[in-house]
Amino acid sequence: MIGGIIGFVGGLAVTLKSAWREPVTAEYPESEKRLNLEDRYMGFPALTWDGDVGEPYCTGCMVCVRECPTQCMSAEMKDNPLYPLKSRRRKIIDSFEINLARCILCGICVDVCSFDAIEMSHEHELSKYERNANRADLPSLISMGRDYQKKIGWNPRNPEKNNGLPQVEEGGLDSGAGEAVEVEE
Amino acid sequence: MDGSIDLMINMGPQHPSTHGVFRLVIWVDGERIIKSEPHIGYLHRGSEKICESEHYAQIVTLFDRMDYVGNLNSELAFCLATEKIMDVDVPERAEYIRVILCELNRIASHMLFYGVYGLDAGAMTPILYAFREREKIQNLFESITGARMMHNYIRIGGIKEDLPGDFQKRIVEVLDHLKRGIEECDALISKNEMFLARTKGVGSISGSDAIDFGVTGPALRASGVAEDIRVTDSYSIYDRFDFNIPVGTYGDCWDRFYVRVEEMRESIKIIEQAVRSLPEGDISASVRRIVRPPKGEVFVRTESPRGDLAVFLVSDGTDKPYRVKVRAPSFANLQALEQMLQGAYLADAVLILGSIDLIMGEVDR
Ligand code: SF4
Ligand code: SF4
Repeated sequence: MIGGIIGFVGGLAVTLKSAWREPVTAEYPESEKRLNLEDRYMGFPALTWDGDVGEPYCTGCMVCVRECPTQCMSAEMKDNPLYPLKSRRRKIIDSFEINLARCILCGICVDVCSFDAIEMSHEHELSKYERNANRADLPSLISMGRDYQKKIGWNPRNPEKNNGLPQVEEGGLDSGAGEAVEVEE
Repeated sequence: MDGSIDLMINMGPQHPSTHGVFRLVIWVDGERIIKSEPHIGYLHRGSEKICESEHYAQIVTLFDRMDYVGNLNSELAFCLATEKIMDVDVPERAEYIRVILCELNRIASHMLFYGVYGLDAGAMTPILYAFREREKIQNLFESITGARMMHNYIRIGGIKEDLPGDFQKRIVEVLDHLKRGIEECDALISKNEMFLARTKGVGSISGSDAIDFGVTGPALRASGVAEDIRVTDSYSIYDRFDFNIPVGTYGDCWDRFYVRVEEMRESIKIIEQAVRSLPEGDISASVRRIVRPPKGEVFVRTESPRGDLAVFLVSDGTDKPYRVKVRAPSFANLQALEQMLQGAYLADAVLILGSIDLIMGEVDR
């Protein structure tokens, strides 16, 4: 009996102590009261924007499309109108769609892309007003990507290879960038 | 039975205490359970079959979703199997990081168990404490792996990316916090007379019965069998750490509960040792993105938070496995449920079910 009371009071003491603690929860919809996201947070994939040239990094090579475990993406490429004078990329993405509702945020598309063209953004909300709004198309993916680039001060991991500016020397041009490449093995 | 008729009661599939979608049919005579029958399959996603049509690197994401509370431990099991069949040596640093994360994951999983078990016993408070502690781990995971739950961080041959720069500082904070948290959680209900009265001597199973049923993990150790794959069939680098295997005596709900609380303390010990001796170096062996392991088959056992998680992998030399069989601890542990429920009060059924710590995603796969 005594032991029971001691055990019970011990538990109550823990409860009492935490009554004076700071709350650890945050309020959700208001953005300034939310918890912070970590830098590495993986939200939805988004396409990065090459500000030097004024086009996306993505060449539409479809490696990510093939490697996505849920087959939630589709991409089409076209000849790049800016090539070769303004851009080094021969091909450029024409249309891109990711079904965000189907994406499992695994990050495999980012791993396989050899053009630094896709990144896991910090976007993570799925509630939309239209039925189809979670099928993100090229403009919305790019705007998600640009927000992300701005937020974290993004730089390409492999700037020499993926720099889109046309090179001056002969032969340096189109060193593979923009070609449909096979999956790196 | 003097002409009385047994009453059949359906618990689930949408019962709030079944920890997933799970149906338990119970026959009672008065208050006593005389027979029970678990029905599974409500969460069947065919993961093992899907594995046969995915590349090895993609399968890691499926393993994430099998045991969705001990994700990193499941990822590790599959990666170990693939590495074994390919004969890849994982760099030291990657091994240490894996161990640190897996043990953190174990604590997070046991924390969840602790909280939910309080709910099963009718105590509302523990889950709030448990989730507060667990959140610290989840946040740390988010800063390392980028995700709170489905990490896809442990890769074949190593890990995805190195630890962030402020890791050492943060892990010390988190460990401090967790140590306090575990003691607090322990003080909150472990000595509570009402909790003890509801769990002690309830749903006992003897060590030999447990072994016969194939029970593993904390549920087996609670019955007094000191069997922990991390020690008895050591994998990764667990043989380098000094930790105890907590065991229970009677194999009742209380023992199963307390073994997990003790295990959290042991996990902290392992993490501290690993963080102290974390070497520098590579984080991944050089493996191709699309791996084609040689023909053959391997069997790898690991200790997930729920028990012996084993993967049997058959490769036919292509980029997709021929067969992936998962020996899920929850599935095996569930089989002992009938035995544990036999003769117990109906009111204790939820407690006994909860004490096995089932993850239905793993049972049904
Ligand atoms: S792999 Fe990269 S460049 Fe190729 S389609 Fe995907 S995002 Fe674009
Ligand atoms: S994160 Fe994974 S699921 Fe989502 S689009 Fe990329 S590869 Fe597909």
